[in-house]
Amino acid sequence: MELDPILLSRLQFAFVVSFHAIFPVFTIGLASYLALLYGLFVKTGNPAWERLAEFWTKVFAVVFGMGVVSGIVMSFQFGTNWSNFAQATSNFLGPMLSYEVITAFFLEAGFLGVLLFGRHRVSPKVHLFAAIMVAIGTLISAFWILATNSWMQTPAGVEYRDGVFHVTSWLEAIFNPSFPYRLAHMVIASFLTGGFVVAGVSAWYLLRGHDVEANRKALSMSLWLLLIAAPVQAVVGDMHGLNTLEHQPTKVAAMEANWERESGVPLLLFALPDKSTQSNDFEIGIPHLASLILTHEWNGEVPGLREAPADEQPPVWITFFSFRVMVGLGLLMIVFAVAGLLLRRGGRLYTSRPFLQGLRLMSVAPFIAVLAGWFVTETGRAPWLVYGMMTQAEAVTPSLTGGMALFTLIGYVAVYAVVFYAGVYYLTRVIRQGMTEEGEVEDVERAMRPLSASHVPYDDDFRDGYTTRS
Amino acid sequence: MATIDLSLIWAVIIAFSVIMYVLMDGFDLGVGILFPFAPDEESRDVMMNSVAPIWDGNETWLVLGGAGLLGAFPLVYSILLPALYIGVFLMLAGLIFRGIAFEFRFKARRSRRWWNVAFAGGSAVASFAQGAVVGTYIQGFETADRVFTGGALDWLTPFSVLTGLGMMAGYALLGAAWIAMKTEGHIQQWARGLVRPLLLAVLAVFVVVSLWTPFIDPNVWARWFGHLEVIWILPVLALGCALLVWRGAARGGEKLPFLATMGMFVFTYLGLLVSRWPYVIPPDYTLWDAASAPGSQLFLLVGMLFVIPIILGYTGWAYWVFRGKVRPGEGYH
Repeated sequence: MELDPILLSRLQFAFVVSFHAIFPVFTIGLASYLALLYGLFVKTGNPAWERLAEFWTKVFAVVFGMGVVSGIVMSFQFGTNWSNFAQATSNFLGPMLSYEVITAFFLEAGFLGVLLFGRHRVSPKVHLFAAIMVAIGTLISAFWILATNSWMQTPAGVEYRDGVFHVTSWLEAIFNPSFPYRLAHMVIASFLTGGFVVAGVSAWYLLRGHDVEANRKALSMSLWLLLIAAPVQAVVGDMHGLNTLEHQPTKVAAMEANWERESGVPLLLFALPDKSTQSNDFEIGIPHLASLILTHEWNGEVPGLREAPADEQPPVWITFFSFRVMVGLGLLMIVFAVAGLLLRRGGRLYTSRPFLQGLRLMSVAPFIAVLAGWFVTETGRAPWLVYGMMTQAEAVTPSLTGGMALFTLIGYVAVYAVVFYAGVYYLTRVIRQGMTEEGEVEDVERAMRPLSASHVPYDDDFRDGYTTRS
Repeated sequence: MATIDLSLIWAVIIAFSVIMYVLMDGFDLGVGILFPFAPDEESRDVMMNSVAPIWDGNETWLVLGGAGLLGAFPLVYSILLPALYIGVFLMLAGLIFRGIAFEFRFKARRSRRWWNVAFAGGSAVASFAQGAVVGTYIQGFETADRVFTGGALDWLTPFSVLTGLGMMAGYALLGAAWIAMKTEGHIQQWARGLVRPLLLAVLAVFVVVSLWTPFIDPNVWARWFGHLEVIWILPVLALGCALLVWRGAARGGEKLPFLATMGMFVFTYLGLLVSRWPYVIPPDYTLWDAASAPGSQLFLLVGMLFVIPIILGYTGWAYWVFRGKVRPGEGYH
């Protein structure tokens, strides 16, 4: 079998970006939460807020470090695997990605150090200021990245001349039609991720009776956040969908596995889309619901996949099922947020074991939902890389062979497997150790390193006869 | 806009980022290369301590240079990376492994020896790959119609292997000089003893590369043996620095060997730039051929001119805070 460099490059990019994305999606939400916790501590002086803030700062340090390490590869992949794309879009992409680097550096250089290591060197107010700046910095980073991605979905403000995109209006290119919706959808997703992780970890601590006072506060506030953010996300997602319907109808058709343009289209709960027959098998649907959701009209018209030639149709199967996973988990999040409100009114929020156990499990849900959402939007754009203007086949590096792409794909999977295993293993130890001071080993610490801010040993066997000292 | 040559400004910025990266990440990569040969585990702690607070700031220049290249000279970015496909992967894998080794080694007990391997192996592979990039660059690229047309292993030639090994020796020399400057006692003695042998290795590669380079391309030959006699000052200054390193090592000088090694790197680098100027993708494309649209260069230049002084200031501050000797068992609190 001939190895296809395009498919392998797509797999490689999807793997690397998926692996990387889970870290920033968490840190963006968590950074704002930290700013809030330090703010509450400054305002009330209650040490419980401080304990929470310090614990979650440790977690933040590890996750941020993992994000930085896994992100280095991204900035090189455009050149190694998609060099024609890099060359054609560089007039826009180059400045966008560079501004992201500048933002990230600014954040790390200026304020992250103070946030992670400056607790006892600066006043609480200055420290709070640093926390707020880090939170803002993560949001600005997201701004650049999502502007870039949205431009690839709904290109604007450019002119395509001699195989190169030239920017005619920076404002139109950055604030392209899908950008506001995608940015809002993603930032709320980050808050949901932060919220569910904090809720899940707090629930686990409450189940074990660990620092009950602080963790009740953390659980309570994260559930209030989720009660607002989860339904709002559904509304924003709906608006994002309307925007996609307008600008990328084929993607919407793939999300719904709808082959013919029709009115009164049912919402498919299950189907097996088959590209060869251009139809679905085993459809189970609710009449008219897809039309109602997508167009807000009972008999609204939904675009069909067959409007695009077969070779310009996305891989329907992935888009269709990823969309269902995302929406299903989103609805489950709303259920948990509402259940939290009901239990709160019944006074059983902190004691209902099934609910707390459920929250524990839900802490992975937003990560899966975010990845599923990205699969929808990215596979739904296929075969285009810049929608309607440049295909993946035109974008791939001409000199790239299938063997080369396979080699690095396996290589990156192996490298990231080690990084991920080491990172998650360590993060689990940080969380297991909890918020108590005991067990903090005198560690040989280095300032300025994100992970140095978490004072937890990596493993605990002294077999080498080696002891650390302070 | 016609009065300001933005491409030239950008060429200076990128060239500056590259040499900053080489000088700054160079010595901490060198520390990694020397890691397995350290006298004992305590020395390894001290060695790692001496670069831990600053290494990721050093790597900022790599990311900044890479992103700036895409923004200002996309042709370079989109030919260099495909041409060096396998080499870039090896470099990134090496940098990632040593990056996480920095994070986790201090916290590890039982698994510490594995993090040692990751740190040393990652540093060595990344250094070799960077040196091979230099060699590939000097040799030039097979292109047609603004696209790389060569094969996956074109970059791996006897010449690039030589420059790869030379870069490892050069980084190790920087690392040894850094350790000699930042430590005391038996670690310092050990590092100081390495300076002269490593210097000889570097000089051997320097001589072979210098003799070989003019024969690779008639243009390089014409550059060195044409009218521009003034450029011969560069190799002379590089060798002058080498002499200072040699003598500094003998007299037990602390800062001199390190600074003079940096001088060697700077003058050799300038010599390479002169060899190929103004071609950024030798032998076909000049920096003006490779430039992005002036509007894009200008848009990004605003941000760069704002951030580079801050990076420099921050870097200077970090080195100031962590100045002085690193002692065993002493962390930065």
